[in-house]
Amino acid sequence: MALSRKEVEHVARLARLDTSETEKEMFANQLSSILSYVEQLKTLDTTGIEPTATVLGRVTAFRDDVVRPSLPVDRAIANAPEPDEGFFGVPKIIT
Amino acid sequence: MSLHKLTLHELQQKFTAGEVSAAEIVRAYFLRINQVEPKVRAYVTTLKESAAADAGVLDEKLKSWRKTAPLMAMPLAVKDNICTDQVRTSCSSRMLEQFVPPYDATVMAKLRANGALLLGKTNLDEFAMGSSTENSAFGPSRNPWNLAHVPGGSSGGSAAAVAADECAAALGSDTGGSIRQPAAFCGVVGLKPTYGRLSRYGLVAFASSLDQIGPITKCVTDAALMMNVLAGHDERDSTSANVAVPDYLRALKKKDVKKLRFGVPREYFAEGLDPEVEQAVRAAIGEWKTLGGEIKEISLPRTDAAVATYYLIATAEASSNLARYDGVKYGLRSKQAVNLADMYLKTRQEGFGSEVKRRIMLGTYALSAGYYDAYYGKAQAVRTLIKQDFDAAFKEVDLIVTPVTPTPAFKLGEKLQDPLQMYLSDIYTISVNLAGLPAISVPCGFSAAGLPIGVQLIGRVFEEETILRAAHAYEQATDWRTKKAVVRA
Repeated sequence: MALSRKEVEHVARLARLDTSETEKEMFANQLSSILSYVEQLKTLDTTGIEPTATVLGRVTAFRDDVVRPSLPVDRAIANAPEPDEGFFGVPKIIT
Repeated sequence: MSLHKLTLHELQQKFTAGEVSAAEIVRAYFLRINQVEPKVRAYVTTLKESAAADAGVLDEKLKSWRKTAPLMAMPLAVKDNICTDQVRTSCSSRMLEQFVPPYDATVMAKLRANGALLLGKTNLDEFAMGSSTENSAFGPSRNPWNLAHVPGGSSGGSAAAVAADECAAALGSDTGGSIRQPAAFCGVVGLKPTYGRLSRYGLVAFASSLDQIGPITKCVTDAALMMNVLAGHDERDSTSANVAVPDYLRALKKKDVKKLRFGVPREYFAEGLDPEVEQAVRAAIGEWKTLGGEIKEISLPRTDAAVATYYLIATAEASSNLARYDGVKYGLRSKQAVNLADMYLKTRQEGFGSEVKRRIMLGTYALSAGYYDAYYGKAQAVRTLIKQDFDAAFKEVDLIVTPVTPTPAFKLGEKLQDPLQMYLSDIYTISVNLAGLPAISVPCGFSAAGLPIGVQLIGRVFEEETILRAAHAYEQATDWRTKKAVVRA
């Protein structure tokens, strides 16, 4: 299974990665070789086999919906790249 | 005897007996860290001042208050993907180079509540993606037994720190072998508990259905001691199991393995296994037989499919988990961006290293329209088959014994250019995560070149006690643990 450069660009766009030209070339080769390797799974018959998403096989854990103490605003935004009066500052969205 | 050479439980006894103070312990460990750390580079952050301050507080308290918690004054290291309040948690990534969590992971809070002293945060492959620590944005750690070799990964810093006596014990995390493989490469004990046995709250997520935190220690008793503190349900982690926690130290009282049935899966002793590793693991199996165990050959027929299954599921989950690094709330934000879309692209491009990007790409592809069923869906179905193999085997045996790695520690740079070869080095550890089982790596010998070799014991879910008992009986019957790495200046 070979991945074309165009497919690599498409996947990079989906993943929001601004890959360089060198990376596109490298990823096309490496991902192709990994994808050829995983092709082997096709030889296993999985008809009627339930997929495993988690080994716990458990129902959702519920809790009561009650207000509890949470992080104060100043600590919650302490790591923000551009804190702005208690909010997360981002570049203008609508131009 | 120098304090740094002691095991966790030996040091604990010395402290409880009043033979050493917390301040002396911290001083002794930082002396050791200063000596060997320039060579080993196990840590990304050391906390000399805060550890010394915490030790001072502890010593002061103990003058009037002799109550001892299990880890009182014990000098520990924690992998840098486990959140520590007010201490940088970088995941060895440019993305989180400046990230200082406002809270402790549950396991960290438990260590602190039990009196532990945090010496520092250890190096890892970026976001725990790798098998050598070479994917760290801050440079690789080295194997204390031979500095030209990798310590393994992704918890390579934690394993190297324990092996080089730069801490008494450490925490690692294991998604596909990241505790057990570096433990084997560095000649220490590494336990990956059952999925859900302990809380993942505050562990930076890589692959949520596979990740598990566990201890890396100098001996099996220390692993049991750590588990006594760490295990248990946490309402902050909805995947942590509400199952009673036994006293793991009590499990070590039985010194034999009578009535235990050990399964040896023939698929794990096939092509690709280094003869020196095979010999050491077979000798360990012989030892368990001598100790009264019953040895049975078994089959885990879907073993060959594990690596492919894992690299589809783990990367799919990673591509989703790592979508949060968008430059908005914390972590890196690119200074080159002019608009929002550009900010996402450039932040992620600048913040992530090659391996992380490669896995995000693979995972995104496996989940993308038109490929989901063929890749991700297929892998999830094969995961069921792999789990069924183990279910069937555990009807016949109590433990499964295998190698941890196909070879002893490889050289730095050896597998860096070929990601698939690197992935294949996880072949014996990956299935355990897919099936959610507990497993331990215990030292079982050395190669002719003097590199450590580990043997893996896999148990049924929530049967860490059986694993620890058998590992302990083996450890006490052999003397591998008495050999220490000598870090060459």
